[in-house]
Amino acid sequence: MIIDLIVLIPIIAALAIGLGAEGRKTALGAAGANLILGVIVIGELMRRGGEELIFETSTVILENPKLTLGFAVDGMSGVLVLLTVIVTFCAVYISPEKAPDGRVKLYHISPLLISAGALGAFCSTDLFFLFAFHELALIPTFLMIGIYGHGRERLAIAWKITIYLGVGSLVLLGGLIALYSNLTSDGFATFKIAELTAIAETMQLDQEVQKWIFLPLFLGFGILVSLFPFHSWAAPAYASAPTSVAMLHAGVLKKFGLYGILRVAMPMLPKGFEAWEGLILVLLLGNIIYVGLVTISQRHLDRMLGNSSVMHMGYAFLGIACVNHIGWNGAVLMMFAHGLSIALLFALCGSLRERLNTLELSEIGGLTSKVPFLAVSFGFAAFASIGLPGFANFASEVTILFGAFNGAGEVGNLQKAAILALWGVVISAVYMLRAYRNIFQGDSTRGLTLVRRDSLNKIPIILMIAVLLLTGFFPNLILSMLPS
Amino acid sequence: MTTAFIILLLPLVAAASNLFLLRKKANLSAYVSTLSAAICLVLTLGLIRQSDLKDLGSFNWIKIADFELNIGIELQGLGLGMILVVTLIGFLIHLFSLGYMREDAGKARYFSGLSLFMFSMTGIVFADNLAMMFIFWELVGVSSYLLIGHWYHKNTAAEAAKKAFFVNRIGDFGFMIGILLIWGAFGSVNFVEIEELLRNGKYDAGLLNWSVFCIFCGAIGKSAQVPLHVWLPDAMEGPTPVSALIHAATMVAAGVFMLTKVLFLIQVAPTAASVIQYVGAITALIAALMATQQNDIKKILAYSTLSQLGYMIMAVGFAGLWIGGESLGESASNAGFFHLYTHAFFKALLFLGSGAIIYACHHEQNIWKMGGLIGPMKITSITFLIATAALAGIYPLSGFYSKDAIMTVALNKPILLVIGSFVAFLTAFYMTRLCVVVFFGKARSWSAEEAKEVPLLMLVPLLVLTIGAIFAGQTFSYSWFVDPKKIPHPEGVLPFILTAIGVAGIVSGFFLYRGRDQEPYPVQVLAKKFYLDEIYIILVRIFQDAVAWVAKQIDELLIDKLLVRGGARLVTEIGSMLRGMQSGNLQGYAFLFGVGVILVLYIINAAIG
Repeated sequence: MIIDLIVLIPIIAALAIGLGAEGRKTALGAAGANLILGVIVIGELMRRGGEELIFETSTVILENPKLTLGFAVDGMSGVLVLLTVIVTFCAVYISPEKAPDGRVKLYHISPLLISAGALGAFCSTDLFFLFAFHELALIPTFLMIGIYGHGRERLAIAWKITIYLGVGSLVLLGGLIALYSNLTSDGFATFKIAELTAIAETMQLDQEVQKWIFLPLFLGFGILVSLFPFHSWAAPAYASAPTSVAMLHAGVLKKFGLYGILRVAMPMLPKGFEAWEGLILVLLLGNIIYVGLVTISQRHLDRMLGNSSVMHMGYAFLGIACVNHIGWNGAVLMMFAHGLSIALLFALCGSLRERLNTLELSEIGGLTSKVPFLAVSFGFAAFASIGLPGFANFASEVTILFGAFNGAGEVGNLQKAAILALWGVVISAVYMLRAYRNIFQGDSTRGLTLVRRDSLNKIPIILMIAVLLLTGFFPNLILSMLPS
Repeated sequence: MTTAFIILLLPLVAAASNLFLLRKKANLSAYVSTLSAAICLVLTLGLIRQSDLKDLGSFNWIKIADFELNIGIELQGLGLGMILVVTLIGFLIHLFSLGYMREDAGKARYFSGLSLFMFSMTGIVFADNLAMMFIFWELVGVSSYLLIGHWYHKNTAAEAAKKAFFVNRIGDFGFMIGILLIWGAFGSVNFVEIEELLRNGKYDAGLLNWSVFCIFCGAIGKSAQVPLHVWLPDAMEGPTPVSALIHAATMVAAGVFMLTKVLFLIQVAPTAASVIQYVGAITALIAALMATQQNDIKKILAYSTLSQLGYMIMAVGFAGLWIGGESLGESASNAGFFHLYTHAFFKALLFLGSGAIIYACHHEQNIWKMGGLIGPMKITSITFLIATAALAGIYPLSGFYSKDAIMTVALNKPILLVIGSFVAFLTAFYMTRLCVVVFFGKARSWSAEEAKEVPLLMLVPLLVLTIGAIFAGQTFSYSWFVDPKKIPHPEGVLPFILTAIGVAGIVSGFFLYRGRDQEPYPVQVLAKKFYLDEIYIILVRIFQDAVAWVAKQIDELLIDKLLVRGGARLVTEIGSMLRGMQSGNLQGYAFLFGVGVILVLYIINAAIG
């Protein structure tokens, strides 16, 4: 029940706003309620361990093929639910009362629907609804970018992401259909993920079959996570999106693809992965090294953050490619850590955008004395993002790297990829500290002065930093919920 | 909670409370940090006296089935000396900072950074496994970044902090690879366990050599060895007490300490070990050469630090040398560590002395603008001169004994012995140049004319350190680190030769620089530090910025325009054929898109079912 509630609350709140309830307050109330429920769920998962699905509900919609609308969480879903409710709360919290054009409804409904879509996707026990909920979350994303996005190109960008993610979803859909139809046995077809996994384990599809189902699944999910070379939608979309949407998409929704790979593709098609391992290692290095270099040459803060978020996805893919629980759990921890840190960075970036007329790095300088809280927070966020010990990001990166070298007596392909991927820690230090130095340090007379007053809400910022630190000091809080 | 954990965590608590609670109460924050440093020192002294140092505590940080990373404490052998250096010198520098940073606007931030550093450095010393060492290794890096950039509004300080962090990250890149190789081969990162496994199993020599080399990269970064030495001189942009603590006595020595912790690996990796020896020797030589032509008092000391670190690294590298079936092993690394120990005292003293001088001379750092300071600043000058003599290796000061131990080890490779001796001469030479110019002759600027002795609060640390600089080499402390059976307390001709080299350096420095008002023998290539900074800037421009620029162009042109927009155009073409359905706004499109997808799904589903 409690999971149904978590998915329903944002939808109900969105409806209420549509019917005339006060925008920001309703949204904040719903997000706050969800935050509490999320913490309760996590508490229960910690108590019971996250191996089994708990709080399961289901309503049968079709008998054969078996289609059920139902929700449940295990450790992995639970971690992502926690991420979603925290980021939603923070995103709603920092949203202003009214949209720039004075409208209220759509502006506050959209983040709630994105959140509901993400929660539904992470908690669905049914493959069909896993897919459908993610689609639901994309629609408000497009709308918000198209209508309230920044810059003259926002419509073009909204179109670009629509087409891009649409194509990604389509490829994914193809893969899912192929998967589903191959896992039909004795005339019994089912969409239920747990049942599909069990069938896949007993049926043992041919390597060749697995190989060709795995590819569209991986690419489809991959496009949604901005896998190289299908990443070019991400940076402009995040740069243009309103702050709350950038936080929610980069922080939460993008993790759907990784979740799908870990939930569906890897357990059901293990041999499919083996067939494409080499390609996948190359692509993830594309994310880390190539996109990392692209990030270095960005001149605007928002674009830089967008690219950095693409880059870090490479580490999550690396964790997945370890094909052991160390790497996989590291990848889940990475999703959690990255989700929080990128949401935090976009929140701070949004606050800077509000106060300055530009985000061009070379035109800003020495802001520390003028916005001390923002400067310190940005420092925390930047160090989290470049993987400093003490933050969850570091714990996840280390876990992934150890996963890659687990039991490796010699240096194989995976280990070589991990070594190259490590160079990414140098690259990310370069662009982050360069940006920090440009914006906050140095001569304060250089560059632009602030045009507007400090209106940054401190509570969500502190909350996100605190969670990053807590899970960085005690990563077992998260890891103990994951299967091992 | 064990005592050791309290020593570890107390500074973290102080740092956090300073940063989050006491930002506006600068004086209180300074006392909180200093008090925490004092308590740590007392607890450490108690800990060292304990005979049984087992079960100091362990905390499980990461656990996934059998895979565990722990924050566990191990303290024995050289670690005892190291923790003493860290807490003792750390405390003295807190004390000195109370005076030096009295007027600073960012005092709370400064002491917060100092406490964070104490936490991180203690963690390195306590680490019982490589992963934990790496964690604190990185944290030391960030506290150094914060403290170098303390005066962040100065462009030079901001740049120097950034540079230090980058260069260290490059070293850490190698360090992490080394740790991962070890983890892959042994399935453990715990020092004791690896040593055990190594003793009982056979391991691929090539892999071991590579692992040790990669781990050594971490030391190259943190201990500022060639070719990653370029950050340390720039790091002198930080407040001088920071230079004394972090960039002379402790953090930069962490690389040496880390190598002594993996001694058993170096012993079985002779190729990597000789790389270590040569890197150390070359650093010692190059840095000493550069030091002879610097004019900034702190820069001279910085290059001197580099050079002495080179000595230590070289000595530790000898652990991998096998003579007659026996490895030099511990005696070599202990000699290196012993120099770390004595150096910590006299170099911290030199830096604090320079801090006192800079403080008295209204933040003048150019030695050619000073002069005659022995008049007004008697105590500072005398302590500085004693430290100089110790650094020059004059009998019977501490530096003499440790340098002697290193030279005894170096006897095994004549070429390195020659380099080492020449560096010893250069050391005495450039330090004498500094002292002659700064303390003697006449004042060369108004700031030197007005200089007067610093307050008592700053003199106390100088005096305490002077005691260390004089006596740290005596038998009681010598035998703590060096096995007198392997390397006897100096006897025979070697001590005379060493002292003679030192005296030769002093005499030549004295006569060449006596009475001069400017550099009489400018050597551009040394003053410009072999143009290495310039070369690196060019390399970064080519290999990073230019490549990054190309990547960005590819991203925008090829991937974005061709691949994506090409695809997009196809879709829009199709779209324009369906223009009849166009409803004219984005909501409509998006709605249709969603409905469409769900519809398609349903139809397919029904068809298959």
